[in-house]
Amino acid sequence: MTTDQQQQGFNLKAEGKRVLRGSSGGRLQQKANPVEKAKGEYDVIVIGSGLAGLTGANVMATQGYRVCLLEQHYNYGGLATWFKRPGGHIFDISLHGFPVGMVKSMRRYWSKEIADSIVKLESIKFDNPQFSFETEFTRDDYTNKVVQAFNLDRAHVESFYNYLRKMEYYNNDGTTTGEMLERFFPGRNDVHRAFMEPITYANGSTLAEPAITYGIVFSNFMSKGVFTFSGGTDQLIMKMRKILAANGVDMFSGAQVERVLVKDGRVAGVRVNGREIKARSVLSNANIKSTVLKLVGEENLKPDFIEQTRAVRLSGSSCQVYIGIKQGEEIPFITDLLFCSTAERFTSEELCDLRTKSRTFSFYYPKTRPHLPNAGYTIVSSNNARWQDWQGLDEVEYEREKNALIERTLDHLEKYIPGVREKIDHVEASTPRTFNFYTQQMQGASFGTKFEGLDVSMKLSEHVPGLYHAGSVGIIMSGWLGTVNYGVITANKMAEYLHVAKAK
Amino acid sequence: MTDEMIKQAIIGIINDINPDEDTSNIDAATRLRDQLDLDSMDFLDIVMELRKRYGVHVPDTDYEHLASLDSCVNYLRDKMAGKELVS
Ligand SMILES: Cc1cc2nc3c(=O)[nH]c(=O)nc-3n(C[C@H](O)[C@H](O)[C@H](O)COP(=O)(O)OP(=O)(O)OC[C@H]3O[C@@H](n4cnc5c(N)ncnc54)[C@H](O)[C@@H]3O)c2cc1C
Repeated sequence: MTTDQQQQGFNLKAEGKRVLRGSSGGRLQQKANPVEKAKGEYDVIVIGSGLAGLTGANVMATQGYRVCLLEQHYNYGGLATWFKRPGGHIFDISLHGFPVGMVKSMRRYWSKEIADSIVKLESIKFDNPQFSFETEFTRDDYTNKVVQAFNLDRAHVESFYNYLRKMEYYNNDGTTTGEMLERFFPGRNDVHRAFMEPITYANGSTLAEPAITYGIVFSNFMSKGVFTFSGGTDQLIMKMRKILAANGVDMFSGAQVERVLVKDGRVAGVRVNGREIKARSVLSNANIKSTVLKLVGEENLKPDFIEQTRAVRLSGSSCQVYIGIKQGEEIPFITDLLFCSTAERFTSEELCDLRTKSRTFSFYYPKTRPHLPNAGYTIVSSNNARWQDWQGLDEVEYEREKNALIERTLDHLEKYIPGVREKIDHVEASTPRTFNFYTQQMQGASFGTKFEGLDVSMKLSEHVPGLYHAGSVGIIMSGWLGTVNYGVITANKMAEYLHVAKAK
Repeated sequence: MTDEMIKQAIIGIINDINPDEDTSNIDAATRLRDQLDLDSMDFLDIVMELRKRYGVHVPDTDYEHLASLDSCVNYLRDKMAGKELVS
């Protein structure tokens, strides 16, 4: 893919200083036949190249299977993506931070080189009317900070961590995260905020979610700090593509899978851009609900499974504001991640309000892309958002809300970098509509589904033998680490299935 | 493959997936989890490596048999019979 193509995909026109685009912006025109070079049959077809799809494809290829990866977008990576803008800006969408476990997963399922490019964030800051502190987010340092800021008993905080660490998927007793936080820290809205806000930013979950989802995700993070990939998302995906190619995976972009083919009750292949390709097994990295309801189709499934799938709630969505600092200008080191809010108290509802006062700023300094000689500064602001709030707006209202979001965000940023507006030469916003448009995630869901989606995902192959799902689902299997590992877990099941199927 | 070689096969896999672990003093009767820093992904990797290296298949209902080196040996003895140790 050329740079030309990449920019064309977003098809922007600069309108003076500010560049905005609607979610109806053009996608790249389809090649005549993107899957022309695909073979007639594979052991495994992977639908979608999110981190779970990419990793599942790689694991299957390294186990010796013939793998084909089909991606509807012109770019690979799904939500692990980036885009370029005039002025030398590269914006990362979902490279804000992940747990240390990524190092191990990258080394094992990708390469040592990728693992070695993972670096720890130097600093994370919280700033809101209830508290402000800076932390490395390691277990030790974070504990020191919360003990100090909230005057807590250290042993009590440790017992909270230990309780979280012992929680397992199979013993979900129905307690919510909110109830659990209240039990450990009664009446301490400030403490709840310190523990919950970062996790809400990380996976869109709320206080109403089962406590187990919190326990697993928080325990993953609360260890050695928060990490990022040095080089940027573009470098990571490029390296992964090279590895997949070396392992013999056939990859096609612009390849829209329309159907999963089911024959005699088991998976038989897919229909992609009107063409049928046979496969002994299929791994869908599309949203679990679209996989079941659209790709497989109701005629191939039992009514109760369809009902169960329909009842799965999608996770929330996001808004982002992408801020480019002019070439040659600098900003001081503030922190890497800033969880900030001007809301007096913490509630899950406030965090995803249309006009929320809470956001995360990710600061990207030249160190993000050390390989680029004139790497500059960009800032990405993210907040949680609801599809329902954005979906119904007409074009005029939509532009107005997007502009208001940008203005609020820049005002908030001015508090930390006075005069920053003068240094900016590019700003644009994305909304749940943008995420929906580019990733085909229903309702622009940023983090898959709520907890109940995991059961549907894991049982899919019982309903359609040979068909598997991996991708952000059930809160615990989301984020970069969650989806990579879920790709591996699913690939392992598929290898077992193919082995047994062959033996028969 | 002798029982000792089966143990070596498992330790060899653990050394490769977790190079930082000290595997020189593993007690064969005790759960691996209680002696080493192994999580559920690590166990999955052991399963995948057994498949890759020895063509041995462990269905997920049998994962419990991989708890300790002794239980691995009991479970894998037949499956690994006649195979060469891969280093
Ligand atoms: C704003 C934002 C910030 C985030 N920040 C972080 C972060 O800092 N750290 C972190 O760990 N995680 C973060 N995440 C979450 C993380 O990015 C996702 O959980 C993860 O990337 C999702 O991977 P996935 O495998 O589920 O697939 P997705 O990324 O959802 O990819 C699915 C792919 O399938 C393709 N597809 C779907 N249907 C079809 C079809 N029919 N035919 C062909 N292709 C199809 C799509 O085009 C897409 O490429 C963030 C997410 C968002 C939205």
